[in-house]
Amino acid sequence: MNVKTDLSPLAAVPRRKTVIVPSKGWISLNLKEIWSYRELLGILAWRDVSVRYKQSIVGIGWAIIQPVMTMIIFTIIFGKFAKLPSDGIPYPVFTYCALLPWNYFARSLGDSSDSLVGSAHLVTKIYFPRIILPVSKVFAGLIDLSIAFIILLGMMAWYRMVPTVGIVLLPVFIVIAMLAALGVGLWFTALNVLYRDVKFVVPFLIQFWMYASPVAYSTSIIPDRWKWVYGLNPMVGVVEGFRWALLGKTAPLISMFLIPILMIFVVLISGLYFFKRMEKTFADII
Amino acid sequence: MRPVITIESLSKKYRLGQTHTDLLSEKIGNRLRKLAGKLGKGNPSDAQKTRPAENEIWALKDVNMEIHEGEVVGVIGRNGAGKSTLLKILSRITEPTSGRVTYEGRVGSLLEVGTGFHHELTGRENIYLNGAILGMTKTEINRKFDEIVSFSEIERFLDTPVKRYSSGMYVRLAFAVAAHLEPEILIVDEVLAVGDAAFQKKCLGKMQDVSSGGRTVLFVSHNMTAVKELCNRAIWLDGGCLVNSGKTDAIVTQYLHENARSIHEQEWPNRDTAPGNDKVRLRRASLAMEDGGGPISIRTPVQIEIEYWNALPGAELLVSLYLYNIDGTCVFNSDSSPCIYPSGVIREICHIPGNLLNDGTYRVAITIVKDRFHGIYRLEDLLVFDVQDVEREVHWYGKWDGVVRPELDWTSEFIGQSRTDPGLAERS
Repeated sequence: MNVKTDLSPLAAVPRRKTVIVPSKGWISLNLKEIWSYRELLGILAWRDVSVRYKQSIVGIGWAIIQPVMTMIIFTIIFGKFAKLPSDGIPYPVFTYCALLPWNYFARSLGDSSDSLVGSAHLVTKIYFPRIILPVSKVFAGLIDLSIAFIILLGMMAWYRMVPTVGIVLLPVFIVIAMLAALGVGLWFTALNVLYRDVKFVVPFLIQFWMYASPVAYSTSIIPDRWKWVYGLNPMVGVVEGFRWALLGKTAPLISMFLIPILMIFVVLISGLYFFKRMEKTFADII
Repeated sequence: MRPVITIESLSKKYRLGQTHTDLLSEKIGNRLRKLAGKLGKGNPSDAQKTRPAENEIWALKDVNMEIHEGEVVGVIGRNGAGKSTLLKILSRITEPTSGRVTYEGRVGSLLEVGTGFHHELTGRENIYLNGAILGMTKTEINRKFDEIVSFSEIERFLDTPVKRYSSGMYVRLAFAVAAHLEPEILIVDEVLAVGDAAFQKKCLGKMQDVSSGGRTVLFVSHNMTAVKELCNRAIWLDGGCLVNSGKTDAIVTQYLHENARSIHEQEWPNRDTAPGNDKVRLRRASLAMEDGGGPISIRTPVQIEIEYWNALPGAELLVSLYLYNIDGTCVFNSDSSPCIYPSGVIREICHIPGNLLNDGTYRVAITIVKDRFHGIYRLEDLLVFDVQDVEREVHWYGKWDGVVRPELDWTSEFIGQSRTDPGLAERS
């Protein structure tokens, strides 16, 4: 919908004038409007976090149990039995450090792709920029990430590891992880409204994707000439970024950082436009 | 007076095929099948048939109107007249197909009470959540918080999750938040039809406060009493078009009068021109009430009589009757017992008991069926009738939910004193 809002200087009390006309073609993203709804964004993210922990008995512990259990099973299977290389880093720390962004990504992608269909009662009853819903899921996931992060610090202390100076760039990689989750999430959120069977695709995709990402193994096992193909997976950049910032593990700059991050922006920008283009029909078909 | 809302040739088209979501796998499957049909010797028309018919419906068609500052406008019309679509476009939930709307100021829309309420959260938390969803800022909610709480009369349960609230408490809290929304334009859809009588009165009062404060209100309702009491102007929509607008009393009277028009009887004395074909032709269709004439209420048993000429001696015939409500939903389909008749006139009577249909407008269609499966003639809109609501014993005047409204047997008993928690205290 093309909605133009401006302040009329002629009116005694300045009031916003809004025009509603059918939208045509590619429309602007209207980031200003999204900014004006930031309070709603915050409260929806707060709602998700607060409801999740109110409903479960284990509460906040859930954010710890999940990555820790995965870390244990990976350490036994891949670290001890399969003896996958972990580039000189203790395998538990090596895999747990990757599980942080991976779990965050998987949860945010799962939650955001369900966000519109799951809030059909809101979408059909009230107006707000629909993008607020998937974005709020991406923010809500940060709480779990922070809790799980504390465990990592504990593990590093146990192994007497000190984070490298790269840690100052960790926030950058967190933002990149958010953008990756949002970019993929936007595509699937919109597709999920259009095609109801997409919700069966997402869990499968997440599972499949994890093995295509360097969570349980190191990127050093990928043959050099295939590294750039491997780097087309946006999550490679995020996972390697976490390992670099926290553990000091290096990786080839172009194939393991630049290509994946470029892919994230490709997915994000195309996702934003696809979402925006589909947005006008959501309330009619949801 | 300057118009605050200007609506110019506003139209909204829905594609029936678009109103439900597709399956991606189905779509891909169809594509493949089509492709296979083109490549191989497969019948391409088969693939064509799998495409759903794309029926278009104009929910609004070329609507023009101006609404002035401070007006309280009632939007009336039957179900499917386009009222909700109009409100949805004004609240920017859905986009128009063509035309434009210009308005000044903030729009607050209440298309339901308690939008976004979360059952696990407490009353206090839901006030903030719901307020934010309705478009209030946090400072605004903070400022009005005490007022909202005292309006809702749920002070004691503020920190109880709303899942433990009685439905009355839930609605009171939800409406209290909504009532404190202070937009320049307020859009309200039938939300007053909730809560007990005293609370309804309080809400009506609050709405009147809103309008006397120079705010503009658009109010959709089936409750003509509420419309007359609240609105100084009424807009009547039918079939997506603006029928008339003007002083509430005049428009409401006109609307009620017009809506009494229905088809209770049709007769075709001339066999040659009667609807039908060389096998069967209709002679008469009528509606009979067991207790004589008068309006049909939800309690009235109704008989539908159908007479037709049969030119198929020896064939086993039956009449299949379809009853549709105003939304086009088939309420039921009922068959007469199949019989073999000589040629001549056959009469079939379908008895619809009282206390079955909900209030609303109904359309009757029939299919005459040969040999139990072969439809030989179908006619739509044979009869059209209205079923009216009756005076209720409960103090609640909203539209009764449901496609049908049967009177069912209930068994109720007290099975002992149970441990109560504070949230349950008000639940009856």
